[in-house]
Amino acid sequence: MVGISTTTSASPRITPWRALTWLAAFLVIYPTGQWLLTAGIINGYLYLILVQICIFIIAAVSLNLINGITGQFSLGHAGFMTVGGYMAAVATTFWGLPFPVALLFGALCAGVLGFLVGMPTLRLKGDYLAIATLGMGEIIRVVFENIEPLGGASGFTAIPRPSPLLHIGSKHYGMWGWSLLCTVLVLFVIRQFIDSSHGRACVAVREDELAAETMGINTTYFKVLAFTIGAMCAGVAGGLLAHDISTIAPDSAGFLNSVAILVIVVLGGLGSLTGSAVAAALLTIVNALTSSFTNWRMIIYALLLIVLMIFLPQGVWQGGALLWRRLRWPWARPVGGATDAP
Amino acid sequence: MTPSELLQQIVNGISVGSIYALIALGYTMVYGILRLINFAHGDVYMIGAFIGYWVSNWLVRSNAYFQQHVALAIFLSVPVAMLGCAVAGVLIERFAYRPLRLAPRYTLLITAIGISFLLEYLMMLLVGPDRQAYQTDPWFSQQCALGFGVVISNQRLVAVTVAVVLMIALELLVHYTKIGKAMRAVATDQDAARLMGIDVDRIITFTFALGSALAGTAGVLIGMQYQIDPLMGVMDGLKAFVAAVLGGIGLIPGAVCGSFTLGIVETMVKGLHVEFFNLRPSLFADGVAFAILIVILLLKPSGLLGKFAREKV
Repeated sequence: MVGISTTTSASPRITPWRALTWLAAFLVIYPTGQWLLTAGIINGYLYLILVQICIFIIAAVSLNLINGITGQFSLGHAGFMTVGGYMAAVATTFWGLPFPVALLFGALCAGVLGFLVGMPTLRLKGDYLAIATLGMGEIIRVVFENIEPLGGASGFTAIPRPSPLLHIGSKHYGMWGWSLLCTVLVLFVIRQFIDSSHGRACVAVREDELAAETMGINTTYFKVLAFTIGAMCAGVAGGLLAHDISTIAPDSAGFLNSVAILVIVVLGGLGSLTGSAVAAALLTIVNALTSSFTNWRMIIYALLLIVLMIFLPQGVWQGGALLWRRLRWPWARPVGGATDAP
Repeated sequence: MTPSELLQQIVNGISVGSIYALIALGYTMVYGILRLINFAHGDVYMIGAFIGYWVSNWLVRSNAYFQQHVALAIFLSVPVAMLGCAVAGVLIERFAYRPLRLAPRYTLLITAIGISFLLEYLMMLLVGPDRQAYQTDPWFSQQCALGFGVVISNQRLVAVTVAVVLMIALELLVHYTKIGKAMRAVATDQDAARLMGIDVDRIITFTFALGSALAGTAGVLIGMQYQIDPLMGVMDGLKAFVAAVLGGIGLIPGAVCGSFTLGIVETMVKGLHVEFFNLRPSLFADGVAFAILIVILLLKPSGLLGKFAREKV
């Protein structure tokens, strides 16, 4: 397939060193951020943006596992986020469970739903799967609208904010540590998954399902596996979001939110985790910067989408790299231009 | 539910279904030719509703005769809305989709979504987010008896009639004219059609114009009955798309058949007055469309009228 980066390399890259690198990154970023927050160098507004970036990175990366790595076209990711969010909120608000347990519970619920939905629907291909998952998102929205104990159509409110991961400095800004931890964990798990033999099987399914099946890969198994893992991670993102803004509404399962996540993935480049993370951060920042002019905000967003799709169809990361190369060596022949034959 | 109530619900369902059908035809024709889910189509329908609103309001305000005959003013706004939407559809195709004809599928889809947002929020900037209502005509709300205790309001009767006439016209156009034959050829095999001397770009433009004009008509017809707003195209567009898939996407009779099925089932569910477990099924009406969709996709992915295509290596 054209326009999708290859994520596998010839040598196996799973080493204990990688886990240590990720852990070290977390151990550096987390206290630094917490210190900056406590010292007031990062204000409350930036804190909200940072947490949102983390949440959208998780959502985008997990959708990328389904759409970019495994090549299945899901348009219902916001549905899983909403289920995870509601279930985590139920666990903390009604049952008084600690936040990490509640997050895990929300993720499990989203994962189970992903498994149940994925089993039958992943037989469908391309656009048909997109439509089926879109329908699933809308059904989730309608169902939550009608569950009165969970707030009905107006949504579940007054979800308690979690206390910080570790009590370093301020007791406020509790979401920073949790969302960073989850982001690092999800990125690590999905990266490891992609580089494992399971991940390679998923890439094989994406490249050519029929050929993969002929090579003895159980395509249904890997599609459902990727879908379930993606749904679980989306559940984590949903749980974080619900506790971050301390409310969750059925509308968040709708088509528009699923599209918003898909847009991040496509802008970042299908199959590129780095791209997804960069695009998630960029779009969240653009969103925050344009929030003061409400009328023009969606118009800017729409124009951005159209222009980027016409000029950088491989996504900002890969496409940007190609553009950069052409700017530096204008005489070089374009590598995989915008109009590759399908 | 008594038999006459049942019949009444079916009649109501047909009236809803005929609107879905007009929108679904545009989805299905474009999908048939470009394999593109044209997410902006629902917003073209919204534009049609607003053009009808402006034109009919202008006629009523500027002319004493139309003040007495509001219904006539609204009918006269239909061709204007069709023309306006056809132009909008052609412009969208020319400037957004044609440069990406050879690009990967996702690119095209995201562009379609971008166009859809652009149209919605430009309209929001123009008219504001509030709902607007067409001028009313007392003739519209008069009930017309169909026998067996079934009634239908004149506005719905008009909507169904216009929709059915347009569908028949489209069927005739596609099957008995030269350009219709060319459309079918392009849908079957674009490259072969090009080799036969068909100007594929022109046919694609024509298809967009045709589908958008039908959506524009649907917009005016819905404006007669309900209030309109810049985001009306999102849900109605999705449901019309569901209807197109239900009947078998890419097939014109499929879109019509799927739309009527969807309209009738949805109205039935809304009309159910039973309760179980404290839940009223009528509240789930929006979800029903999508539930049917998933069931159909699982049992017969090619839709009600679709043919099964075996994958070849």
